[in-house]
Amino acid sequence: MVEFTLPQNSKPFEGKTWPRPDGPNIREYRIYRWNPDDGQNPRIDTYFVDVDDCGPMVLDAILWIKNKIDPTLTFRRSCREGICGSCAMNIDGTNTLACTKGMEEIEGAIKLYPLPHMSVVKDLVPDLTGFYAQHAAIEPWLHAGQDPEKERLQSPQQRAKLDGLYECILCACCSTSCPSYWWNSDRYLGPAALLQAHRWISDSRDEAGEERLGYVDDAFRLYRCHTIMNCTKACPKHLEPAKAIAELKNLALARLS
Amino acid sequence: MAQADTDGVTDKRPLSPHLTIYKPMLTMMMSIAHRISGVALYLGAFLLALYLLGLAFGPGAFGAVSWIANGFIGHVIVLGFSWALFHHLLGGVRHALWDRGLYMDPKGRELLAQATLGGGIVLTLLTWILSTLAN
Repeated sequence: MVEFTLPQNSKPFEGKTWPRPDGPNIREYRIYRWNPDDGQNPRIDTYFVDVDDCGPMVLDAILWIKNKIDPTLTFRRSCREGICGSCAMNIDGTNTLACTKGMEEIEGAIKLYPLPHMSVVKDLVPDLTGFYAQHAAIEPWLHAGQDPEKERLQSPQQRAKLDGLYECILCACCSTSCPSYWWNSDRYLGPAALLQAHRWISDSRDEAGEERLGYVDDAFRLYRCHTIMNCTKACPKHLEPAKAIAELKNLALARLS
Repeated sequence: MAQADTDGVTDKRPLSPHLTIYKPMLTMMMSIAHRISGVALYLGAFLLALYLLGLAFGPGAFGAVSWIANGFIGHVIVLGFSWALFHHLLGGVRHALWDRGLYMDPKGRELLAQATLGGGIVLTLLTWILSTLAN
């Protein structure tokens, strides 16, 4: 459903300003907080980070806050090098990974929100259940008939078709950047799942391309994409979900002729 | 089993902010502008139909509608309508190219978006200048 404003229980209020450490290089952080246990609305807390005492990335800063200022600040993180996708969040107005976003790339106060238009579990942690269900729906594994006599060979050219598709880390930056996904995530598969659908359709070893295409070729699942391009601009791995979706649309069109 | 959700916590979860916090970007704004100009074309077509109805009903009715159309407000509406027409037309070309997977690279997509925005304004001004000169 298209609902431009936030529900009453979701409107953030101005929260706490935490103590400012001494030092010549201090950065201000404005961070979305929501505690499931206190019965209050979300709030925006202000923190000050001593940049000289901390690594260069946004993830370093929030770890610094958690270690030194406020241990209740909650977020996901794991690899700290852009391959696990855990620390995806909205930083300075765009979705990206906290571990690969340098503080120096941002001017002024650094604003952190959870991935947009998602159900919030706590603070910067969104509920990704629906997102993962969409990934499962496109059946992201090889569909091939009987076991072959020998391994399924792939030429370098066939393998090259998967470049720009297989690198997706499922961080959800793209899908949650998409206004169409915001309004229709119950029926629109979203850029991440569609990029994966294209990845399996492009795989020379897969034999279910027709069925896969038949599944996505739907007014909502595929065609809620209106080429807004926020997905491609947000992708921290520099993949092009918008282009993958355009190619799916062309393949779906070719089925008709 | 299935006791985990019965405390109602999942129902109380807030929705994270979206439209108000996302950084406005040209391609996103152009998508919104395409929709707005599309809606404007519906309204404009309705007004055009009223104008033509006035024409069909004879001199009295036509005098009234042309008085409105040639007034200041009428000119503003026709200016807006002509801009919506050109903007939406070029937007359609942009989407047709993107639907073929063309010009989706970082340079191409910004260029197409800028060309739609600029082209719509230029074509509108050109039409008005030419029509003023012709009068």
